[in-house]
Amino acid sequence: MTATTITLRGRKVVGGCAEGEALVTHQTISGWGGIDPMTGTVIETHHELRGISFKDKVLVFPGAKGSSGWSAAFHLARLTNSAPCAMVFNIMNTKIALGAVVMHTPSVTDLDQDPLTVIETGDWVKVDGDRGVVEVTKRR
Amino acid sequence: MRSSLSLTDGEKAMLDGVHGVARQKAMELLVRYAEALGAERFVDTNNVAGVPGSSTLFLENYYKQNAGDASYEAVFSLFDLDAGQVMEVPSAQTYCCHLQGGLDPVAWQEQGFSREAFEHQQKDEAAVAARGVQILKTCTPYLAGNVPVKGEHCAWMESSAVVFCNSALGARTNTEGRESTSAAMLTGKIPDWGFHRDEFRYGTHSVEVETPVESVMDWGMLGYFIGSAVEENIPVITGKVGQPNLARHKHFGAAAASSGGIELYHMVGITPEAPTREMAFGKRQPVADIKYGPAERRATYELLNSTARDTNVDYVMLGCPHASIEQLWEAARLLDGRKLHSGSSLWVFTSRAVKTTSDLNGYTKIIEAAGGRVMTDTCSAIGRILPKGTKVVALDSAKQAHYLPAMMGIEAWFGSTTDCVNAALTGHWEGRLS
Repeated sequence: MTATTITLRGRKVVGGCAEGEALVTHQTISGWGGIDPMTGTVIETHHELRGISFKDKVLVFPGAKGSSGWSAAFHLARLTNSAPCAMVFNIMNTKIALGAVVMHTPSVTDLDQDPLTVIETGDWVKVDGDRGVVEVTKRR
Repeated sequence: MRSSLSLTDGEKAMLDGVHGVARQKAMELLVRYAEALGAERFVDTNNVAGVPGSSTLFLENYYKQNAGDASYEAVFSLFDLDAGQVMEVPSAQTYCCHLQGGLDPVAWQEQGFSREAFEHQQKDEAAVAARGVQILKTCTPYLAGNVPVKGEHCAWMESSAVVFCNSALGARTNTEGRESTSAAMLTGKIPDWGFHRDEFRYGTHSVEVETPVESVMDWGMLGYFIGSAVEENIPVITGKVGQPNLARHKHFGAAAASSGGIELYHMVGITPEAPTREMAFGKRQPVADIKYGPAERRATYELLNSTARDTNVDYVMLGCPHASIEQLWEAARLLDGRKLHSGSSLWVFTSRAVKTTSDLNGYTKIIEAAGGRVMTDTCSAIGRILPKGTKVVALDSAKQAHYLPAMMGIEAWFGSTTDCVNAALTGHWEGRLS
């Protein structure tokens, strides 16, 4: 294992394993009215990810906000194959818990280090949902 | 990692399929959800508000292609319960209602919907009604007969209804989603987490109101400001606020839930869980002290009007959240004996229950004689519907002003109901902050 690999330990939200390129935002994400479920693109007017798709990425973000349609919007993204492949987040609420469950995406929260500080967009991230382990390989 | 969730014998029986496969799948989904939350148990609920089995044309086509079945049962089984198999859908086990839908069952053509979309909606509605779900078709179930009481455990969707339920009524609900409400209808269970628990309901942020807040418009602005300031936390409001009536709570909460995500607020001496400031905070200290004075009020007004340039208004929308009978009465008084400017439209959205009262009182007739329309079930944001050619809208709802310009690519003015009705009568926006 090289020095550029970092391991974070947290709590399982949804089990399973997945890996992919990280997409990191320090802003919470809205579901209904905040994303386009057909493409996985963030559409919220002032969002820093506006126009960027989380399809097949490991989405690293503070958590979910907005409408009660969060789970249904991300559930639709799963049907269109536009969902993230895994999620790593800090703030638990009912929107993100239900959304992660119906998306079937391996997801971890309550980590021993802040994923928003450790992980940068483009890093390669392996998420083991069952063990609550997130392994980060720095891009550089 | 071991789950900390414990189940009662009744819940285990449901999981074992004793009450049929649909309830078993519903319970499985709720267990996955409760484990994701880190909940330790379920709480019984007998008051559920959701959108069970609602099928858009996208979902219908998707399941036709991928499951060979796009019936109500298929959509409910595969999407609502995420069950992986199509099952017979039994009647609801709990008292429950259907929230807003996409189109008006009478004025759908005027709203630009196809006959296919209308017939689809009719079919869905019949399937829902046949399963014991009340067709309230509104974001304000508490104005159409479903009024929870203090301490009642609910499983509700719709952010503006959730915040009203928790704050003005003192009932208990998290912001549930479509899948969790559908599962709750069949099981009478929801995770005992968040707002169901005392320790989660204490205030976190102190908000001192230093400029008088009396009108519905001012309450909407105050809500919009507080939502931005505290995000998803719990504000405790004190200071120069008058006694809010139902419309004021409704506009305040909807705005606070849109700009921030507030699900519960306390107003000292006003809301049921805040007889005193100390009781609202429990034994905790506020994490922040926030002030709302004339400068904050001005900045909020400007933010809500930041998308508008053109003072020619072609559309006025009232009824977000759905209008109360008091608000329809007010609209009728403002429009009585007058005519809308040619080329202006005015649509007022409400529930079917409130529209019936409006019809009986002659308010609908007065509004329509002036050239306006009273519509039910939906709104411009939910249905993504505008009168043809709309470029500039006037709104008396901060929530709608938050969503509509971004969703529909139009300019929006925000002001009082009187400002909005005047814009419909003259075709010009003349609202200002008094």
